[in-house]
Amino acid sequence: MSSITVIDALIDQMAKLPGLGPRSARRAVLHLVRKRSLQLIPLANKMQQVAASARECLNCGNIGTSDICGICENESRANGEMCVVEDVADLWAMERTAVFKGRYHVLGGTLSALDAIGPSDLGIPKLMDRITTENISEVILALNVTVDGQTTAHYISEEVGKRVKITSLARGVPIGGELDYLDDGTISAALKARKSF
Amino acid sequence: MSFVTSLNLSHFRSYKHVHLKLDKRPVAIFGANGSGKTNIIEAISLFSPGRGMRRASAEAMMRRPESLGWKITGELETTDRTLEIESVSENGTSRQVKIDGKPTSQVELAKHTRVLWLIPSMDRLWTEGAESRRRFLDRIVLSFFPKHAEHSLSYEKAMRERNRLLKEQVLDAHWYAALENQMAKSGTAIDRARIKAVDRISQAQANASTQFPIAKLELRQREGTLPETEADLLTAFAESRFRDLAVGRTMVGPHKTDMYGAYAAKGVPASDCSTGEQKALLVSIILANARALAQDQGAKPLILLDEISAHLDTDRRGALYKEICDLNLQAWMTGTEPELFSEFGNKAQFLYVTDQDGTSIISQP
Ligand SMILES: Nc1ncnc2c1ncn2[C@@H]1O[C@H](COP(=O)(O)OP(=O)(O)O)[C@@H](O)[C@H]1O
Ligand SMILES: [Mg+2]
Ligand SMILES: [Zn+2]
Repeated sequence: MSSITVIDALIDQMAKLPGLGPRSARRAVLHLVRKRSLQLIPLANKMQQVAASARECLNCGNIGTSDICGICENESRANGEMCVVEDVADLWAMERTAVFKGRYHVLGGTLSALDAIGPSDLGIPKLMDRITTENISEVILALNVTVDGQTTAHYISEEVGKRVKITSLARGVPIGGELDYLDDGTISAALKARKSF
Repeated sequence: MSFVTSLNLSHFRSYKHVHLKLDKRPVAIFGANGSGKTNIIEAISLFSPGRGMRRASAEAMMRRPESLGWKITGELETTDRTLEIESVSENGTSRQVKIDGKPTSQVELAKHTRVLWLIPSMDRLWTEGAESRRRFLDRIVLSFFPKHAEHSLSYEKAMRERNRLLKEQVLDAHWYAALENQMAKSGTAIDRARIKAVDRISQAQANASTQFPIAKLELRQREGTLPETEADLLTAFAESRFRDLAVGRTMVGPHKTDMYGAYAAKGVPASDCSTGEQKALLVSIILANARALAQDQGAKPLILLDEISAHLDTDRRGALYKEICDLNLQAWMTGTEPELFSEFGNKAQFLYVTDQDGTSIISQP
């Protein structure tokens, strides 16, 4: 048996990525090695750059390359609407549709006593501060239709109280359907038809 | 209709490999004690969501000593089509379900199959704690309302979260309110489905001409009355918080509901009836359930009757077999001797089970 080469190690590493398995990882690595200057080297460079610069926005939890993300810096996005999502993937899914013009707050999970995830782990106190400092008039809850997602939505609505309008996405999607898996049309429609929570 | 037309077992309990072809008649399984009769109908019980009729872990179902994991496949004829259902446990990990080759969740099974059972441990159902009666009730409810499984899972999930808050003495009122809101939603759906199912069973018993005694059924809370609306249930949770904190778990809600039963004609609580009468009441409920499903949905349940002739006298046994045939049900029954099923004549198909050096063998005489 030959010892494991760095190529094998790369394949192993790639195979662990979401959406890839051993077969697709082998194909991707073979492709990269064959297109060394066109694909492999630029990819390696970009990965290094991302590794050095990617970070969470200190304000909303989005992932970008600066301490405050583009959305939070953009004054035209301060329209008084704030969309609360569980994950950055959900934020990106919403952005893809380009229908929502306000700001976001990424929780990074859902409330779960069993998993020891409480309100402060989700930045909910921070969310309450932002509602005041950023003059928010409507909070849109775009959380998953799971027990945990809906418990979290309800918790936030209790915390916000009567201060601002609270709405949630209208959704004719399967239970547990995550935003990231929905097509753009469905997300836009759900946003437009949002209803009071 | 619901009929199993083929059943394959691989490394399931005492079985190595079994391939059975069946017709729609009731199935009478006979063989010595410990030969492997109950194991067959346990496999059938896994065509519905949950841990099956023994409530065993997937690990316990692995054939020893090999302990490789197991697989059950069956062909089921339902009202509208033939389904292939597969349950697999790899190395004893929790079972994975496929319907027609497509991976799916266990709750999904409830939409396609209805499986009810009576097993010897239920001979004590009316006298033991509320939990087993509630479980029996929920099987019935599930047969009418497939969504009952989802509501029960949601309720349990939110309640486990709430119980953790209670245990850790968390005092965040909004967190409780959020969980109680979820519990009230699914809890109300559970309550409503249970009430409807009990009503339907009572009606189906009253309208039938049967030799089995009518069981008068009633849902009872351990304290107070059954909350009528979601708002009532929500209030009940909120009011119970303080006390729940003291004990570290949730003391009100549908998980505390009990099903009270009485021998209607005599006005005697089921728990005070003779063993044979208690069993007859259960049979009456199961048959009423089957009749109601056939009428309402044209969907007949599979019924599994383990050691059914125990505690039933010859008359009652004959009456039961006749009703099974009249309803055209594929009942799966076990007993030690073929004579216990002689009243069926050729209206049932027979399986003879023997143990050969630790492996169960089935022959179709
Ligand atoms: N996981 C297992 N692996 C091998 N044999 C098992 C397993 N579980 C149960 N058995 C055996 O199956 C037999 C009991 O089968 P069962 O169907 O309950 O018998 P009966 O015919 O009395 O209903 C026992 O001999 C028991 O040891
Ligand atoms: Mg047995
Ligand atoms: Zn930001």
